[in-house]
Amino acid sequence: MFYREAGQYKTSYAADQALFPILQDRIGIAAILLIAFVVVPLFASDFLLNSFLIPILVLSLAAIGLNLLTGYTGLLSLGTGGFMGVGAFACYKLTSIFPDANIVLLIVVSGVASAAVGSVFGLPSLRIKGFYLAVATLAAQFFLSWCFIRIPWLYNYNVSAAIEVPTRTAFGIPVTGPNATSVTRYLVALSIVVAMTWVASNIVRGRIGRTWMAVRDMDIAAELIGIRLYRTKLLAFAISSFYCGVAGAMLAFLWLGAAESESFNINQSFLILFMVIIGGLGSIMGSFFGAMLIWGLPIVLRAAPEFFGVTVRAATVEHLQFMVVGALIIFFLIVEPHGLARLWQIAKQKLRVWPFPY
Amino acid sequence: MDILYKILIDPFLQMGQAPDLFVQTLWEGLVAGVLYSLIALGFVLIFKASGVFNFAQGIMMVFAALTLVGLHAKGVPAFLALALTVVVMLVLAIGIERLVLRPLVNQPDIILFMATFGLTYFLIGLGEVIFGGEPKTMITDALYLPRGSYEWKAFGGFVAFQKIDIAAVIIASVMVAGLAVFFQKTRIGRALRAVADSHKAALSVGISLEQIWVIVWFTAGIVALATGIMWGARSDVSFALQILALKALPVLILGGFTSIPGAIVGGVIIGVGEKVGEFYWGPLLGSGIESWLAYVIALVFLLFRPQGLFGERIIERI
Amino acid sequence: MRAPSEKDVAAGDVLLAVEDVSLSFGGIKAIRDVSFDIRKGEIRAIIGPNGAGKTSMLNVINGFYTPQQGRIRFKGKTRSKMRPYDAARGGIARTFQNVALFRGMTALDNIMAGRTLKMHRGLFWQMLRFGPALREEVEHRRAVEEIIDFLHIEHIRKTPVGRLPYGLQKRVELGRALAMEPDLLLLDEPMAGMNLEEKEDMSRFVLDVNQHFGTTIALIEHDMGVVMDLSDRVVVLEYGRKIADGTPDEVKKDQGVIDAYLGVAH
Repeated sequence: MFYREAGQYKTSYAADQALFPILQDRIGIAAILLIAFVVVPLFASDFLLNSFLIPILVLSLAAIGLNLLTGYTGLLSLGTGGFMGVGAFACYKLTSIFPDANIVLLIVVSGVASAAVGSVFGLPSLRIKGFYLAVATLAAQFFLSWCFIRIPWLYNYNVSAAIEVPTRTAFGIPVTGPNATSVTRYLVALSIVVAMTWVASNIVRGRIGRTWMAVRDMDIAAELIGIRLYRTKLLAFAISSFYCGVAGAMLAFLWLGAAESESFNINQSFLILFMVIIGGLGSIMGSFFGAMLIWGLPIVLRAAPEFFGVTVRAATVEHLQFMVVGALIIFFLIVEPHGLARLWQIAKQKLRVWPFPY
Repeated sequence: MDILYKILIDPFLQMGQAPDLFVQTLWEGLVAGVLYSLIALGFVLIFKASGVFNFAQGIMMVFAALTLVGLHAKGVPAFLALALTVVVMLVLAIGIERLVLRPLVNQPDIILFMATFGLTYFLIGLGEVIFGGEPKTMITDALYLPRGSYEWKAFGGFVAFQKIDIAAVIIASVMVAGLAVFFQKTRIGRALRAVADSHKAALSVGISLEQIWVIVWFTAGIVALATGIMWGARSDVSFALQILALKALPVLILGGFTSIPGAIVGGVIIGVGEKVGEFYWGPLLGSGIESWLAYVIALVFLLFRPQGLFGERIIERI
Repeated sequence: MRAPSEKDVAAGDVLLAVEDVSLSFGGIKAIRDVSFDIRKGEIRAIIGPNGAGKTSMLNVINGFYTPQQGRIRFKGKTRSKMRPYDAARGGIARTFQNVALFRGMTALDNIMAGRTLKMHRGLFWQMLRFGPALREEVEHRRAVEEIIDFLHIEHIRKTPVGRLPYGLQKRVELGRALAMEPDLLLLDEPMAGMNLEEKEDMSRFVLDVNQHFGTTIALIEHDMGVVMDLSDRVVVLEYGRKIADGTPDEVKKDQGVIDAYLGVAH
């Protein structure tokens, strides 16, 4: 009824191929951006920003990165945490070497280091597929985790073996470190995530995205229509790792303010993978849904007993959280293997034909 | 030149100078390898019979060991607790088949794989809620498992064999032999292999998928229990053991996902390679290379033989 | 779509020749010493009983299998094996016996994917989807829409192909092959599993492609009626060997072919 495209004619192929071809979607996305950029900074509390919004932005970006590789190109990776770590440590080194440089630029550039490392670990992907490749990425994960501890140069020979984020600025405003306000960090994170999301959606809708999906759906046929598998897969690895690297740098610099090897361990990889699965493999928007659910759920679970006036030990809540996340993963796979993004589409379809059943 | 000497020559000199240490390292590697093989065996069983790559094998091992220890702590006699644990694994197998596998039948492999991720998380949570998160001691004595070690004087020194390790090797060998016979000779074994080749074809000749799946998951559960007892006796029963399950992956890569002898040989290669690598080359890199060496060995191996040592060569058709 | 260009190979000349090709898997000989050629502009049928090596032959031609012996001459260039990428680049397109579409993509995206080799804008422009990249995208979309019109599949443009009925999937697959603007189109049982009406539609498409665009076609087909009506020349394989080669009429009369199909009394 309200969500209807009838009467909206597209007169050019360009309009038909636009990111949001339907007017209502354009209004919706504009409203979300307005709230995110204007309303939230004005009214949100530090708690909301630091433990909800910034984490979700960071994790969504990492999930988009993994989704490009696993959801779009069909290459299962268990090394996301490691690639995020490369970004974080690279950014730390860059801030030490160029203390006066614009920190936003450094965060984005540190993704390049991650892309390079990701490509190296993507090299076996031509010879091996599926679970076998997952093991190769596991090698990356454990090797990188080890490097983050054993190569003291990475954390400037700090005794704690951790990186402490220094105060760095962009355009004279402190963006990272103790002097940066939550709102500044939020706005920087938001801008990076919005820009990179837009770029990702451009890539997946164009030639490169089609070659990725072709490789995912049927690599043999893809090869026979002239897609070079090796290049395509390596490019997916590079771009995916770039996204993960930027997310890792943001995790250290804009969210936690510190990081160590443990912040980028195998559990981090799994967590991001769950976000991608629950959100929807092969959906950019799903990555946001997944991050919101997986990150938001524990917060809700923690708050829920209090809300009902029951006191539960913190440890028990944490354990229950594992059970709930596990059950949810299975539940979603059974109900809708295509994740939350698909449910969202179905809901839109229903809205479109409402009040009629179809 | 110095670095080349340290990498290429020095470790071998060390091996020659102290052969007792070298043999000790080999033995430790062998035992670790056998235990990796046991985990890998659980994977292989399920993969062979249902094409599902069961990521939850590691947590099943922890869960089984925890149940055993937990029941015993409640005052249940050890062997009754063992029997009850077997029942729990059967219930778990039936539950998994009903609630996870049946609704997902005919979905792509990757979806099933991800479902076992969910299962892992669920079992971690369940285990922690029931038994608590802290490490526990395996009831070694109550199960009449041996303690202490034999010392073998040789090579101008001595080599220590932990009795529990010897027991582990023997138990593992018996289980492997038993499973091999089960797969090759029995009617159920043939049905299992049929299901592995094609779900649909197996259904069409009247094999009940549900039954088969319960049987394999149950068998894998028993293998998990045995593995859990062995690992638990060597260290503690804790959720950290779960990460060992990941070590089974390189083992599977070496051995191939469908081969039982492959799982054993792969396990031993990985176990020995890891220990020897850590002991002789680890110090050069600042030690701790054990955490990734297995995966890198598997990775290098994959590049030359993608189907594993014993896996069947895949001819792609279109 | 374009008219056959003069610089490549003139009509009637040999476009592709298979010379003494043998292929085996382990101990199984799939193809033994087979030679035949495909002339520019013709429709060439490859027939034979099941397991005769027809699909393997197509796989050799577009580089998916590497033959143990023999050569392939394509557009005057001889090589011992084709690589899939070179085959595609050289203008060989292909459809498959069991539809090999990209199941998760829409019909439109599948056909657009066929244009991959013709699109050249790099990562930078792709990221921005602006200026040259957008112009390129629109230009190729136009070409693809022509193919969609030609095959009458406008209504399923945005449907994921996994949800389409078999007959339409076959059409989308043909569309994807056509999007490559091939010089040589290999069709592996394009009419398998179709009803009479669908077969007639598909036959028309094949003839139209051949006549209007001048595309050379090699097809495998079991329906003898279709083969005899469509093709200019027929090569017959049995147990990996060539047993006959010629016009439909010649082949129909060949005693070896009759024996192969009907069996011989020993």
